[in-house]
Amino acid sequence: MKENKKTYWKGLEQLSNDPEFVKHADREFPELPSNLSEEGNASRRDFLKLMGFSLAAASLAACETPVRKAIPYVNKPVDINPSIPNYYASTFASGGDYAAVVVKTREGRPIKIDGNELSPINKGKVNAIVEASVLSLYDKQRLAGPMIAGEKSDWKTVDEQVKSKLASAGTVKVVTNTILSPSTEKAIQEMGAAFGGVEVITYDPISNYGIVKANETYYGQGVIPSYHFDKAKTIVSFGADFLGTWISPIEFAGAYAKTRKISKEKPEMSRHYQFESNMSMTGANADYRTPIKASQSGLAVLALYNAIASKAGAATVSAPKVEIANIDKAANDLWAAKGASLVVSGSNDPNVQVVINAINELLGNNGSTIDFTTPVHFRKGNDARMNQFIGELKGGQVGAVIFYNCNPVYDHPRGAEVAEGIAKAKVSVATNGTMDETSSLVQIVAPDHHFLESWNDFEPKFGHYSLSQPTISPLFDTRQAQDSFLTWGGSSSNYYDFLRMNWESSVFTQVETGGEFQEFWDKALYNGVISANKITAALAPVGDVSAAASEVAKAYKADNAGAELVIYTKVGIGNGTFANNPWLQEMPDPITKATWDNYLTVSQSWAVENGVTMVEENTRKAQITVNGKSLIVPILVQPGQAKGTFGLALGYGRTKAGRVADGVGVNAYDLLEASKGFVNFDITSGVEIAVTADTYKIARTQTHQTFMGRENVIQEATLADYKQDASAGRYKPEIYKDGEFVKPSKISLWKGHQYSQHHWGLAIDMNSCIGCGACTVACQVENNVAVVGKQEVLNRREMAWIRIDRYYSSDAAADDLTGLEMASENPEVTFQPMMCQQCNNAPCETVCPVAATTHSSEGLNQMTYNRCIGTRYCANNCPYKVRRFNWFKYHDNKDFAGVNIAQNDDLGKMVLNPDVTVRVRGVMEKCSMCVQRIQAGKLTAKREKRKVQDGEINVACAVACPTDALVFGDMNDPNSKVSQLLKIEENSTSALKEVAEERAYHVLEEINVSPNVWYFTKIRNKEKNEA
Amino acid sequence: MQVTSSVRQPLVTGGKTYHDVTHDISRQVEGKPSLLWFLAFLTAAGVLALGAIALVATLWEGIGMWGLNKTVGWAWDITNFVWWVGIGHAGTLISAVLLLFRQKWRTSINRAAEAMTIFAVICAAQFPIIHMGRPWLGAYWALPLPNTFGSLWVNFNSPLLWDVFAISTYFSVSLVFWYIGLIPDFATIRDRATGLRKTIYGALSFGWDGAAKTWMRYESVSLILAGLATPLVLSVHTIVSFDFATSVIPGWHTTIFPPYFVAGAIFSGFAMVLTLMIITRKVFKLEDYITIGHIELMNIVIIITGSIVGIAYITEFFIAWYSGVEAEQYAFINRATGPYWWAYWSMMTCNVISPQLFWFKKIRTSIVATFLLSLVVNIGMWFERFVIIVTSLHRDYLPSSWAMFYPTWADVGVYLFTFGLFFSLFFLFAKFFPVINMAEVKSVLKSSSEKVVK
Repeated sequence: MKENKKTYWKGLEQLSNDPEFVKHADREFPELPSNLSEEGNASRRDFLKLMGFSLAAASLAACETPVRKAIPYVNKPVDINPSIPNYYASTFASGGDYAAVVVKTREGRPIKIDGNELSPINKGKVNAIVEASVLSLYDKQRLAGPMIAGEKSDWKTVDEQVKSKLASAGTVKVVTNTILSPSTEKAIQEMGAAFGGVEVITYDPISNYGIVKANETYYGQGVIPSYHFDKAKTIVSFGADFLGTWISPIEFAGAYAKTRKISKEKPEMSRHYQFESNMSMTGANADYRTPIKASQSGLAVLALYNAIASKAGAATVSAPKVEIANIDKAANDLWAAKGASLVVSGSNDPNVQVVINAINELLGNNGSTIDFTTPVHFRKGNDARMNQFIGELKGGQVGAVIFYNCNPVYDHPRGAEVAEGIAKAKVSVATNGTMDETSSLVQIVAPDHHFLESWNDFEPKFGHYSLSQPTISPLFDTRQAQDSFLTWGGSSSNYYDFLRMNWESSVFTQVETGGEFQEFWDKALYNGVISANKITAALAPVGDVSAAASEVAKAYKADNAGAELVIYTKVGIGNGTFANNPWLQEMPDPITKATWDNYLTVSQSWAVENGVTMVEENTRKAQITVNGKSLIVPILVQPGQAKGTFGLALGYGRTKAGRVADGVGVNAYDLLEASKGFVNFDITSGVEIAVTADTYKIARTQTHQTFMGRENVIQEATLADYKQDASAGRYKPEIYKDGEFVKPSKISLWKGHQYSQHHWGLAIDMNSCIGCGACTVACQVENNVAVVGKQEVLNRREMAWIRIDRYYSSDAAADDLTGLEMASENPEVTFQPMMCQQCNNAPCETVCPVAATTHSSEGLNQMTYNRCIGTRYCANNCPYKVRRFNWFKYHDNKDFAGVNIAQNDDLGKMVLNPDVTVRVRGVMEKCSMCVQRIQAGKLTAKREKRKVQDGEINVACAVACPTDALVFGDMNDPNSKVSQLLKIEENSTSALKEVAEERAYHVLEEINVSPNVWYFTKIRNKEKNEA
Repeated sequence: MQVTSSVRQPLVTGGKTYHDVTHDISRQVEGKPSLLWFLAFLTAAGVLALGAIALVATLWEGIGMWGLNKTVGWAWDITNFVWWVGIGHAGTLISAVLLLFRQKWRTSINRAAEAMTIFAVICAAQFPIIHMGRPWLGAYWALPLPNTFGSLWVNFNSPLLWDVFAISTYFSVSLVFWYIGLIPDFATIRDRATGLRKTIYGALSFGWDGAAKTWMRYESVSLILAGLATPLVLSVHTIVSFDFATSVIPGWHTTIFPPYFVAGAIFSGFAMVLTLMIITRKVFKLEDYITIGHIELMNIVIIITGSIVGIAYITEFFIAWYSGVEAEQYAFINRATGPYWWAYWSMMTCNVISPQLFWFKKIRTSIVATFLLSLVVNIGMWFERFVIIVTSLHRDYLPSSWAMFYPTWADVGVYLFTFGLFFSLFFLFAKFFPVINMAEVKSVLKSSSEKVVK
């Protein structure tokens, strides 16, 4: 282009260089006096002029909101279309916790994580932690670059120092949680090659070493098998929370739910026995739950073994007599379902696990529900080796230690010793992404990318692979840990190439595709998962049960009088790695409904004996002493807690996680003991509990525990009754009108809506809802729901649009209203997801004075935030209490900046869903049935000139649900899944759908608000007379 | 001229002449404010200022300053609203209904009662606005104003909108009625005054000339307004009760509410009139105009309305049992025995039991007892609204959402704000306006004063 040499003048004055012009050339308003003192004789009029100008300017500026310009792309990136989301297959993995995911990105920002439906493991499903992990990408606590001795540094210096130090360090140890990635393992070995080999020491905060060790003893191989809960007709679990936290909960929950789906055509379901001390989420779902002391748990397993053995004609083992309800019943059912049953135990004691193996062998489950041909890699931790290593570290025998994304100072029972030992190592490096309890103690921190910024591969199960790919450029000056390993090992290759090469030589060769590697790679990346068609050899017992059984008989007692502490993991917080995520902190625990805390769960009888009463959120604190270590924790009275036992959750009491998690709860890892060669979560001796005088408030989203016998809310039946009558347990209110009793829906003030196009509905199966809360976090992410913090939860103002009501049964008679408020000692539990019911005769719509909440032509109850003036009349008049009011301004408000990080700092805001408004203070909000998704789906269909297909539009809660308990769809479409489930009579555009499914009911049917959400009765697989 | 039986008690005692009436009442307006008045006014203004802190905090930070939550969306705000509206019922009842029924005893109390009505309605009207999440918009969006927001219109189905009409109509009619009554008295003061005072009261009196024609017009306007105001006495609280009666919440969804609310409103209104009048007559030495006879008559109204309210409470319980609706039955049992039992029993004691004491002539003619019981009734009526609103909401259909409500300092502060406002206005009224309707009292002087009776 020709250079432009033209001159443009502002005016003739400039051309003529008028002296007056030159004098004022740099000023925008030359007429105005610029400075009062400049000429020394500023007049009163000048002053007034200026004052007037400033006043006018200031008021004008105040009138206008600042203009924030959206800058369009000059050259639009190929893949990024504004407002159109892109989806990338990737993988979530934190230690051995795994899920194949699909990441939704908008304008280059990951904003939502869903499960990858192609995955044979999590099958398109996720849990709360996976859902929430997208927020940790935008966590300001993440390190912005490498650190040396606590000072900021750069990668060049770090690499030089690490290389030179490692070269002279002697032994190099890499400490890690389970690594699922074969290429990562290889990269570490590659690095080791440069320094004479490294040893990888693996531990898991939530250890399952007991199973590995037991299988080594009993089967000769230290592997964990695949468990097929879907093939089990009888399931017995000794304290294994397999739906919530045990090994691969998403997978197990999905498989388990398959056995709990019930219909008239298939009136069969699995029977689930749970023997446990704490009330776990899994126990809450069991048909028969027996609270047992942790000190008896081994004996309970032996008793079951003996019961099965005597049926099988095998030798019994000698065991102290112990009275445990339901053991014989369980044995009968197991024996009846031989080969299609499953016994699991959450114990980390290898001897107990050997007995469990023996039971499963007697039942012939190995090969059917237990599959050693596809072992899983979720838990590779070796407690014994880790124990030994800590000794070495403390003894100063370790030259160099590299912590690969693990935090043993916090999450290992001997964390304090690790902290002490780190200083004794010549070189200490961590790749952790934040300055946590461990990385703050090491010399060099080389922070890893967040998983959403990384390349990686995974082999969660033998022969099953998945990939993760970056969905955003690194936000900070971090570097993928594997790249660091390769660099330190002197390799010039980057990890991406390394990964590809590794796949070309290994996975590619295992999967017969017959094409080019590039083609294979693209497909693998596109799908995110790939399975090699290979299995390993089945395992048969090589060991013997008798030695283990006698050990168990010795170690467990039938009559332990002392207090027992059973340390457990919460579904939301897990092992504490993601504790700094406010979505998880505010997610109510599935059982206790508590947020922002851990606490000592105590039995009701203990509470009565010790004078502890919980009124609403108020409770007392207790001092818990375990072998000399003391903690002060609040008390939570937990129905179903075994007498004499106490529960305490891991994952809290972080000190260096960040401002969300620091100081929340207490660290229970300190109380675990590792001396027996495995990390022991059941502490049965040396525990003392003393109630202190301090009072405390636990923030719970639900403080009333029972459903007060209200059949219009909870409708349930036993399987035996259901088989006889498909509408067993249904409560069918009838109202007297004109000489006869009619259904409430036959009487209405309203003419009723007609939905000529779609009629959206939701069917919720209370039989398959396990209460895990994945839906609640999914909704929070999808709909930009604010986090309000502990104090506001205490004020009963949490903002969740979907909640899971958890009800305990009560022993009291139906007319004993005070008695009904008390849960049974070992209650039956019902979970009921509750969100806006999108009523056809919506009580909220009629009362709004300004018509801010109205009915859509598709059956939705719409909320117009702009129009809302906040009278809260709608919320008062909502019989389901699902409307949420913005009591304060939750976004851009320093009072909430510490908890509501997704709406307060610039980085956190990147996670917001741009399709959903962030609500201002003073307006009402509620579940919209993901109207933005409905709209997007309809637009796509319209653009493609076709009808919306069933399944194309789905609400966030239903997408996340690991058990498919929620089914969303168009009730006007007779072929949609929801219509099929509800058995809706065809060709009706009326709002009032006649539903033929006997189990389906409306909560509060008698008031005929006519919801578009249907619930299916809860069926328990119990004998008829036990209902 | 109507002739009054000599058996009737005189309405004005102390042998007052027309001049005495003018003098006794105008002197409060004309004289310097007393120290007592200053102290009282400053106290009221102080409470107003203190309450304003809470109000500003609420407007600045949000409704979260109050103790409300996801389950209990209304508590003190609407309790106070209904309470003040209820209090605002006595004035119009006394001046309009009693005028139509030719109850002459109303003449010495109607002015103050109407003033109280207007101030109470002003206080009540604060809450529907303050309690909104976005009052700066809601204050005018709740009105059916033509607008450019598209075709947005208000929702005529909503009882809250009916409230807007009910309250504003009631307020305007009451205000006009009150002011029309003031005109002849302003003219009297004008005629006695000099200087600036004469100008001001002259303006306020709208050029009243006291001609027979003027009096005739005055009488007919009063009658017409009384006719207009009478249905309003019944309609306002009926409509306020619709806020609850049309809902689906157990404890709210009750067809008995309209008459029950109206009776309660008159009940509390009379109690508040008594509270204020007993003080005013003492401070302004108006014992000859507001006599024991007046007080006794008002106490009788209190017994009647208190009993109606009591029967309504019992009927509610009966209907809850009779309906067979589980949630409804629980709502009422929970009122009496649940966590808010103390509120329920405070209500029962104050509203149903204590007014029965007025059956004793000694008590209903005792100034002290009447004053104390009038306070008790107002406390009781506040609790009635609290019981209806909070205890119905806090445990409704789904036990998972059951919660407690605890007030915060801001809840208390905003309530205080309306107290400050009410008493500041009332004290200003008492000082600058004639507290007794001179013209009307004079009209009964000939027929019902002590002089005549003797």
